[in-house]
Amino acid sequence: MPKTFDNLLPKLVLAPAFVLGLAFIYGFMVWNGLLSVTASRMLPNYELVGLAQYERLWEMDRWWVALKNLAIFGVLYVGVSMALGVFLAVLLDQKVRGEGFIRTVYLYPMALSFVVTGTAWKWILNPSEGLQKMMQDMGWTSFTFDWLVQSDMAIYCVVIAGVWQSAGFAMALFLAGLRGVDDSIIKAAQIDGASLPRIYLRIVLPALRPVFFSTLMVLAHLAIKSFDLVMALTSGGPGYATDVPATFMFAMSFTRGQIGLGAASATIMLATVAAIVVPYLYSELRSKPHDR
Amino acid sequence: MTAKPFSHHAVRWLLMTTLLVGAAFFLAPLYVMVVTSLKDADEIRNGNLLSLPGSLNFSAWGQAWSTACTGVECKGLEPFFWNSVWMAIPAVLISTVWGALNGYVLSLWKFRGSETFFGLLLFGVFMPFQVVLLPMSQVLGWMGLSSTIGGLIFVHCLAGLPSTTLFFRNYYAAVPGELLNAARLDGAGFWQIFLRIIVPMSTPIVMVTLIWQFTQIWNDFLFGVAFSGADSKPVTVGLNNLANTTSSVKAYNVDMAAALIAALPTVAVYVLAGRYFVRGLTAGAVKG
Amino acid sequence: MKFNYTLGAALVAALLATACGKKEEVAATPAPAPAAAPAPAKTSVEVLHYWTSGGEAASAAELKKMLEAKGHEWKDFAVAGGGGDNAMTVLKSRAVSGNPPTAAQVKGPAIQEWASEGMLASIDSVAQAEKWDELLPKVVADVMKANGSYVAAPVNVHRVNWMWANPEVLKTAGVTGMPKTWDEFFVAADKIKKSGNVALAHGGQNWQDFTVFESVVLGVGGAEFYDKALVKLDPAAIASPTMTKALNTFRKLKGYTDAASTGRDWNMTTAMVIGGKAGFQFMGDWAKGEFTAAGQKPGEGFLCAAAPGTANAYTFNVDSFIMFKLKDEGAQKAQADLASAILSTEFQEVFNQNKGSIPVRLGHDMSKFDDCAKLSATDFVASAQSGGLVPSIAHGMAVDPAKAGAIQDAVTQFWNDDKLSVADAQKRIAQAATN
Repeated sequence: MPKTFDNLLPKLVLAPAFVLGLAFIYGFMVWNGLLSVTASRMLPNYELVGLAQYERLWEMDRWWVALKNLAIFGVLYVGVSMALGVFLAVLLDQKVRGEGFIRTVYLYPMALSFVVTGTAWKWILNPSEGLQKMMQDMGWTSFTFDWLVQSDMAIYCVVIAGVWQSAGFAMALFLAGLRGVDDSIIKAAQIDGASLPRIYLRIVLPALRPVFFSTLMVLAHLAIKSFDLVMALTSGGPGYATDVPATFMFAMSFTRGQIGLGAASATIMLATVAAIVVPYLYSELRSKPHDR
Repeated sequence: MTAKPFSHHAVRWLLMTTLLVGAAFFLAPLYVMVVTSLKDADEIRNGNLLSLPGSLNFSAWGQAWSTACTGVECKGLEPFFWNSVWMAIPAVLISTVWGALNGYVLSLWKFRGSETFFGLLLFGVFMPFQVVLLPMSQVLGWMGLSSTIGGLIFVHCLAGLPSTTLFFRNYYAAVPGELLNAARLDGAGFWQIFLRIIVPMSTPIVMVTLIWQFTQIWNDFLFGVAFSGADSKPVTVGLNNLANTTSSVKAYNVDMAAALIAALPTVAVYVLAGRYFVRGLTAGAVKG
Repeated sequence: MKFNYTLGAALVAALLATACGKKEEVAATPAPAPAAAPAPAKTSVEVLHYWTSGGEAASAAELKKMLEAKGHEWKDFAVAGGGGDNAMTVLKSRAVSGNPPTAAQVKGPAIQEWASEGMLASIDSVAQAEKWDELLPKVVADVMKANGSYVAAPVNVHRVNWMWANPEVLKTAGVTGMPKTWDEFFVAADKIKKSGNVALAHGGQNWQDFTVFESVVLGVGGAEFYDKALVKLDPAAIASPTMTKALNTFRKLKGYTDAASTGRDWNMTTAMVIGGKAGFQFMGDWAKGEFTAAGQKPGEGFLCAAAPGTANAYTFNVDSFIMFKLKDEGAQKAQADLASAILSTEFQEVFNQNKGSIPVRLGHDMSKFDDCAKLSATDFVASAQSGGLVPSIAHGMAVDPAKAGAIQDAVTQFWNDDKLSVADAQKRIAQAATN
């Protein structure tokens, strides 16, 4: 095969991904940005209005609530999922009997969509039909768990359901990482007389830094995208106490016929994502030595 | 990592207990769903969440599959289930193959600008999908794919492009350079290296990608509701219709049975192929 | 708008069984004469709607039958959830893709918004042939028109400012008769609370909060004030002491609801009244279907009256189907047939019996309808003449979705967050009105 063709072939193979990928990702982002500076209401129109939509956005109490919820939810969801994931991975790494079964049990929630589990969760968390009622029926009459119906606490129910879904996945990532840690270092430490917890804390976990980052990235982006979870569990309620930017954008663009406003909120969402992801990607792709 | 097994029974016991408590937490919703789907209406009303059904009553399952109402039509989940099958299988296969090819090029046939392109593509993994709903509708309209299963397949392939490319590219990046050089010296070209060397060693990452993509695509609701027409609605949309078809007495048992039917394929995939998923991750899908 | 048309005239399965029987009786009336079927190939009519509850779906099935009798194929496109939210999303997506359905369930000012985008087809040919201007009250006809042409076919008239009650619960509490003013209401509510039942059954969802709120405003301020404040969105009216009073009354109601009301569906709430656990519910007449499905009759098993202070007013909510501009001539004919079927006496009779609303045709024979429906029909005509007929803001009839949604946000936040002061709520409503 002539060398020039050989050089061209990879580019040809990549071409569809190149064209389609860039068009759809960046083309749409630009289109969205454009919409955010127009007066679009129910359907797109292209009458430019400068930053008016953004001004409206920042004046809406609901948007601030959505941002606050994203912060609370994001931090707790990612934090607790990762902590639980590491914890469970370490436990599972101890050559436990029935590891396969337990691992499947921890992992399967990721396989379910919230459209599927939403009803079950709503039921479990509902004070008059779920956990609270069950506990009270069983004799513990002062037990209350009505977070779902309280404006300030409802978001924490969303966290619980979110952690339930993703902790297993975080665990799988950490377990894979743990299994990849070099044995010889561990053995050496054990010969030196270090106890297992110390080995974990001082040697193994620090070696998992790359896995921490990957997991952080995956969970962070799941948190920002959380839409099904909120819609299924609370529909943004009570009132709009559990609204997040993803559901806000959807409501504004589609239900309220305020596409311009929705596009502005989406642009802010993208900017937030970019602020987290771009530095990470940049450092990722620069620091990896490619030996080819 | 091979840790020496603990010799203290107490610690092992504590370990198992903790793991089992965790398992109970994760299993709780599933348990509630299964148990409810097997009860009849009275048992649901009178019992509580966790009570076992008096007898195994599968009628709710039958209803959910073939006679429950989802709007004016009362054909159960069956038609939507098949729509999802026709949509998910092609989409998963196409996006996996496409991701493999892209990953192959980006890791082993780098050229000027390919790393930058990869970085740009990677941003797509993080983009919230609501943003693309309207422009995608417009594009699908232009392509004549609006409201068809074909349109959904197209959208899912595009949405999966960044993640599948990421998985394969990271995996193939670990292929030793000497292997490739040797093959090239032997005269192997682009396709031969791919088909003879790369593909046979791709099993772990293919498993990861297939599982991941299948889960994402089968469980998707947003694209399913926005881009489907009367005949092409996937099972998540059907389930949503079914569960919202309320009257004074919510038929919880039918709702739960329907949810379980919708969840069956993905759960089956994780139960049967879960270990490949972990193995694949170990082999470097999302390594740092 | 979060309006969930889950009327459910009965249990899903049970009703369908009876409805199947019922359908056969009623289906005999429209007399689908096969001979009338046109010779050309079947046109597919894709109808987007969110009537997914048992009773509603049965009624929609009637429409399907009538259309099929005229030789068209009904492609059902039901999208449940959010009281129409998901359906609207899908509709916009389809519209943007250049492939709208034949007809879609859209109501209120949203009709004019769609028309202003140039997407709707005029059905004047049918409207003129069947003399819609005479059949429909002017208030309703205006909503169905854009630029003087009919672009939508109205299906029914719902009254929103109803108050439902369980007579047994009232009796146990020593309450005689339905309260006519808000003061009387609170007296009755106190009695019911003392007797151990829930005074006011409420479902804590955004649109339900808003529904109760608009009835309170109507009752406290009267029809004229309601019109100024919530239809014309006059800032002076919104900032007025009357609105303050309305907000205070609204807040006071919360103390009479039960703790588990958050997120409760409207029909589960009605079930509380049916089951004797609660005394009152403020809900539109689609709630009546729940009572009738439970086998109760008005005056015996349940009581219906206008919400306190609103006896001379009528908040209307009219469902309708808009027709999209389509190139296919067969589709245009199908749209005309659909519009005609919707306004036909047979369909109006069957559909409204199932749904709890009244026919939109003026002068329809109400003899087969129950007492609450008859009251609704007479009040409808009377209030149209006296000026008490007002569009429901909570159900998307008064102002466009953006403003209505923003006001709803303010109202529902006020309901849910006790720390939000009345003055702040008033400010927020005013702000929302300028959205």
